[in-house]
Amino acid sequence: MISLIFRRFLAALPVLLIVVTITFFMVHSAPGGPFDADKAVSKEVLEQLNERYNLNEPVWKQYFIYLSNVVQGDFGPSFRYPSRSVTELILTGLPITFELALYSIIFAVFLGVSAGLISGLKPNTSYDYIPMTIAMAGICIPSIILGPSLSLIFGITLQWVPVSGWGDIPGDKILPVITLGTAYAAYCARLTRGGMLEILNQDFIRTARAKGLSETRVVLVHALRGGLTPVVAFLGPAMAGLLAGSFVVETVFGIPGLGRFYVEAAFNRDYTMILGTTIFFSSLIILFNLLADVIASALNPKLR
Amino acid sequence: MRLILYISLTLLVSCGSYEKPVDTSLESKILLIGNGTEPQDLDPHIVTGVPESKILMALLEGLVIRHPEGRSPMPGVAESWSISSDGLTYTFTLRKNAKWSNGDIVDAHDFVYSWKRVLTPSLGSQYPDMLYDIKNAELYNKGLISSFDDVGVKALSDFSLEVTLANPAPYFIELLTHYTTRPVHQETIEKYGNIDSVGTKWTRPGNFVGNGPFTLEAWQLNRVIEVKKSDSYWDKSAVKLNGIKFYPIDNVTREDLMYRSGQLHITGSIPQEKIDSYKTLYPDELKIFPYYGTYYYRINVNKPPLDEEKVRDALSLSLDRKEIVEKVAKGGQEPAFSFTPPDKNGYYPRSTLDYDPQKAKSILNDLGYSDKNPFPKIELLYNTSEGHQKIAQAIQQMWKTNLGIDIELTNTDWKVYLSRQQIGDYSISRAGWIGDYPDPKTFLDMMVTGRGNNQTGWSNIEYDNLLKKAANATNQYDRFEYFNQAEKILMDEKPIIPIYTYTRMYMLHPDVKGWNSNLLDTRPYQNIELTRE
Repeated sequence: MISLIFRRFLAALPVLLIVVTITFFMVHSAPGGPFDADKAVSKEVLEQLNERYNLNEPVWKQYFIYLSNVVQGDFGPSFRYPSRSVTELILTGLPITFELALYSIIFAVFLGVSAGLISGLKPNTSYDYIPMTIAMAGICIPSIILGPSLSLIFGITLQWVPVSGWGDIPGDKILPVITLGTAYAAYCARLTRGGMLEILNQDFIRTARAKGLSETRVVLVHALRGGLTPVVAFLGPAMAGLLAGSFVVETVFGIPGLGRFYVEAAFNRDYTMILGTTIFFSSLIILFNLLADVIASALNPKLR
Repeated sequence: MRLILYISLTLLVSCGSYEKPVDTSLESKILLIGNGTEPQDLDPHIVTGVPESKILMALLEGLVIRHPEGRSPMPGVAESWSISSDGLTYTFTLRKNAKWSNGDIVDAHDFVYSWKRVLTPSLGSQYPDMLYDIKNAELYNKGLISSFDDVGVKALSDFSLEVTLANPAPYFIELLTHYTTRPVHQETIEKYGNIDSVGTKWTRPGNFVGNGPFTLEAWQLNRVIEVKKSDSYWDKSAVKLNGIKFYPIDNVTREDLMYRSGQLHITGSIPQEKIDSYKTLYPDELKIFPYYGTYYYRINVNKPPLDEEKVRDALSLSLDRKEIVEKVAKGGQEPAFSFTPPDKNGYYPRSTLDYDPQKAKSILNDLGYSDKNPFPKIELLYNTSEGHQKIAQAIQQMWKTNLGIDIELTNTDWKVYLSRQQIGDYSISRAGWIGDYPDPKTFLDMMVTGRGNNQTGWSNIEYDNLLKKAANATNQYDRFEYFNQAEKILMDEKPIIPIYTYTRMYMLHPDVKGWNSNLLDTRPYQNIELTRE
């Protein structure tokens, strides 16, 4: 196990370097610079700004300056928010995005596994068709549609919950979590159903039933452990996807998370911020995939 | 299962009666404002955006304050001022009870220090031209002179500030309402860096020392900026609010939802597609006011066939501006027939732009364009936005119908759009300009040869000379006359084609009292109240 982690860690370094390199040269070759503004900046001011952020150097030199700073843990100042460092911005947004992702995944697993269990236990009945149809719809509706629709129904028409914010007004976390979690809940439901159907046909389940165990015990103790393997394998990439893909939900509900910084940085040509968040998200995705592999191999002896 | 049902029901019921922020605000007297994008910083000498300006209005006060109804500025830190007969020397008498939020007195030296900071070349302020009317200010800012003693700003005593101008600038007092001219607290700046340090921690809550009616209480990135009524403000009895929360909301749909669910008192804008229905649904809350800005198309006069003045003429003649504002923009905008919007301070541009598609067609025919020799396809550039797209499509259609010209619409992201204009890689591009202060100079100066925002390649010596004459004119009548002549040249040669004069549109909660409209859409927060009948 330890050697697996170690090997994966070593393999991650060149991946990160490639990501940094490609991103660096892509953002620098994108038309428009960080200091282009509606009110054109004078030549003198532009020179000052370029000098301050080393933009007057040739790009290859900027690249090596940047790399050597990153190796020392310095992601530099944000171009867009001159009084903030990229590290500070990431650390401000991360806990919020993480909280959102965590609640969403709990919501997704709870709802998805329950629905998947019901479907899987009574395949090809209406207990199966109804949840699976809803799950299919959940996968299909993008959060940019679902979010505003939920806001309109529960925020404006029924006035039950606030439509914006994160921890500002009681109840403002409900809609974003549902919006972000729904698609993942739907995946979980389908994976659980598939897993359960496969497991329930296996010999050891028949043995358990033949021993006279109660159905609840058969399902919850024996079947569920194996039936959930696909869900667990899905959770790692899902968590990474939730963290890096929460931009839409963060924008729709005004959540001050990292996803918004990430996408806005690209529009603002905030070079250091784009690079910093890209490195951060890449590391995160690598880490969560590794974690998922570790957990999956712990759950399923066949994988070891 | 029953447990789950119970929990979900409890959750739903418990959130079924959340208290709306606008209701609790009646008690707490906290104004809730939708404030556009997240501020870049709160350093008045560094920032350039409208959202920042709204917050700085609460935190810092200059020599004068903008009048809530848009009339001449009112005394701020300066109690009174006198202007010499040649219009070149301004002497400000500062009030003795103006204080910084740490209790220090705001004096004339603070202004000398602050203006020196704005003009210090290594600071890289993007608005130093706000002070360029001051003698030698531009030279100092460009590094051509090194001693600030030669710049026309002097503290005659602790409470007397003398400003010498390079040329009579009747709008100078108006300029002083701009946040770039507001003072910063020297000790605080230097505690966290030097006079030319950018991005130090002095603008953080707890560090920020201001002299405005409010103090900085909290700044949570992408969430909220909170200010609280200042105890040290000289006119604190006029301040009726206990605080303001500025919400950074860059998504107009979300802002609209927040307003309608009682989370905001004032929005920054309204989704364009909702204007029509809100006119009937919320007639008292929907506010539409003239705004000091022009929506126009820039033309690259170096790109054939647009280098031909007559071609530009034909393009303008075939635009039905009335139809554009009434059927497409739909926000109460006025068709624009000049670059400078007509304003209440007395400047009324005389230029007109006709709608005469037949004349336009015959101009093109005279130039030799016909079915056999068709007009080349030209590109119209705009930054991605539904509003710009609708207008571009309407204009594309008008040019097609009236002139038989094919226009290719290209939308790009904001930075690409800006950079293509800067390097002249466009034929026609959409543009907009909002005046920094209520004077034609803020528009017309832009088209002087070589100015950063000209971007059309257009140059006219006579035009440049008229603007120089206007700068040196000693009375407003002559100035406006020169501006009017310059405006005529601009409208005759048409490096830009004005389309409409902007309006400001926003929602205003009925609880908010004293929120006046004005041409620049800026107002001090004193005298704004929250009450419900």
